[in-house]
Amino acid sequence: MTVSMGKTLHESNTCERASMLRIRNLKCYYGRIRAINGVSLSVRPGELIALIGANGAGKSTLLQTISGLLQNWEGEILFQKEPLKGLRPPGIVERGISLVPEGRMLFPPMTVLDNLKLGAYRRYRRREHTAIEEDLEEVLQLFPVLREREKQQAGTLSGGEQQMLAIGRALMAKPRLLLLDEPSMGLAPFLVRLILDVLVQLKEQGMTILLVEQNARAALQIADRGYVLENGKMVLEGNGCDLLADQDVKRAYLGKDYREFCEGRS
Amino acid sequence: MKQILFAVAVLTMGLTISQSYHLQLLTFIGIHTILALGLNMLMGYAGQISLGHAAFYGLGAYATGILTAHWGWSPWAALPVALAGTFVVAFLVALPMLKLSGYYLGMGTLGFGMIAFIVFREWSSLTGGDSGLVGIPSLTVGTFSVSSGKPYFFLVWGCVLLAFIACERLVDSRVGRALRAIHDSEKAAAAMGIDTSRLKIWVFVFSAVLAGLAGFLYAHLVTFISPNSFGFLVSIRIVTMVVIGGMASIWGSLLGAAVLTILPDWLHVFTDYEMVVYGLILMAIMIFVPQGLTRGILDTYERSRRKAFTTPDPSQS
Repeated sequence: MTVSMGKTLHESNTCERASMLRIRNLKCYYGRIRAINGVSLSVRPGELIALIGANGAGKSTLLQTISGLLQNWEGEILFQKEPLKGLRPPGIVERGISLVPEGRMLFPPMTVLDNLKLGAYRRYRRREHTAIEEDLEEVLQLFPVLREREKQQAGTLSGGEQQMLAIGRALMAKPRLLLLDEPSMGLAPFLVRLILDVLVQLKEQGMTILLVEQNARAALQIADRGYVLENGKMVLEGNGCDLLADQDVKRAYLGKDYREFCEGRS
Repeated sequence: MKQILFAVAVLTMGLTISQSYHLQLLTFIGIHTILALGLNMLMGYAGQISLGHAAFYGLGAYATGILTAHWGWSPWAALPVALAGTFVVAFLVALPMLKLSGYYLGMGTLGFGMIAFIVFREWSSLTGGDSGLVGIPSLTVGTFSVSSGKPYFFLVWGCVLLAFIACERLVDSRVGRALRAIHDSEKAAAAMGIDTSRLKIWVFVFSAVLAGLAGFLYAHLVTFISPNSFGFLVSIRIVTMVVIGGMASIWGSLLGAAVLTILPDWLHVFTDYEMVVYGLILMAIMIFVPQGLTRGILDTYERSRRKAFTTPDPSQS
């Protein structure tokens, strides 16, 4: 969970492997407005990648494009060497990409259990009932609080619980690549830690994760590598810890008290 | 279990009630329940409004009416054709229409309902126009006539029971969950991998086919149909049944259909003021139980139970 662990993992085993997700020269449009302007990025199996940037930098746009929710784009997105162009969200979920959307986007009037089951919608179509039951058990072990609230309406959960449900729901699709859009948004610091701990735990179990965050420090601390997005362009990329130490990143995203913060933690 | 109870209730009602007026009223409630049930799947569960559902009701009725009265088909041969016709029209309408949502979908379906009404009225060589289509035969099974009264009551409520089972199974399945998800947020539903546009089209078609079935049953019950039975006001009435009974509630459809069938009948005692009282009752229901009667009744029951439970015990104070 510390910076150093991310670094060793990255150095030891991710460099040689082929990319799981590879994006080349991506341009995304809202009508005629270009929100992303020539972004390239790659995620290798087992990596935890942080994508940071200010409001409106295009982070959410990028995730929504990968998951097929936005269709108006040019460039190349390859997932496990297969192009995603023209695929709609069902096909993308089917191929193993699962999104935890910004603002959680739960189904508030439905129960926690129904929300989780909806995450496995494609798998129910494939009639994988027993495997789904097992995964449900696993998710409930990962988030025991959800088990207590199984029959409760999702809208009545607290912010942290809702975020856990959103992550649990995405895991129910049994993804190969998990995309998270601002999971720390609106959460108290200790809850942010808790959520990030879960991500580290998932990564240790072999999950590949692309994490979009405004909370740059927290995200870079757990990330193997990070990308910095600014005005629809990738301006920096590097190891999580290198980016944490980068002067520009510090000035723009971490605030000046960064050094005290790090010393306090270590 | 619920279905068995329901079947038993229908059976006892059918066997004990002998007054033909009451049987007729119950038969109409059954037909309206099928209509409301279909629309509830679309509106209550999937959250897509249709202000033109009477068109499919009419389509089912006119299809069987024309085939049997004009061309001498047996009603039982006309039934699958009527349903298939409704299916095809609903599918073709749904393809472009369900790209819309909210008010726009409401307006779009309203327009479709009006077009259907005009076709029923103006294509008089086929539909009989304003003066209606006469001579629709009653249903027979072999030599046994299922014209009205008890046999027709059982036929209609048999169909209601089947529709109930179909809807209940649908609601409890992954498809039902997906429909509710679409109701909440189409974008979130899509992110789950739900093919939202396809599912919306299918639930629209499903609800239209149920309306077509109701139309078939209506046509062979009254043996005479005219465009006014399938106009705009009827569409609104079906929507009202769903809202009054309770959105996203299967039993609500039954309740809403019953209330909206029985009320106008009872309100005859108010003679000239009938419609005023009717309107007032609908307003009162919406103000006091906006979630619909089913939810309202359940909530009241829950509250009274909780109250009984928390009433302080005098011996302890």
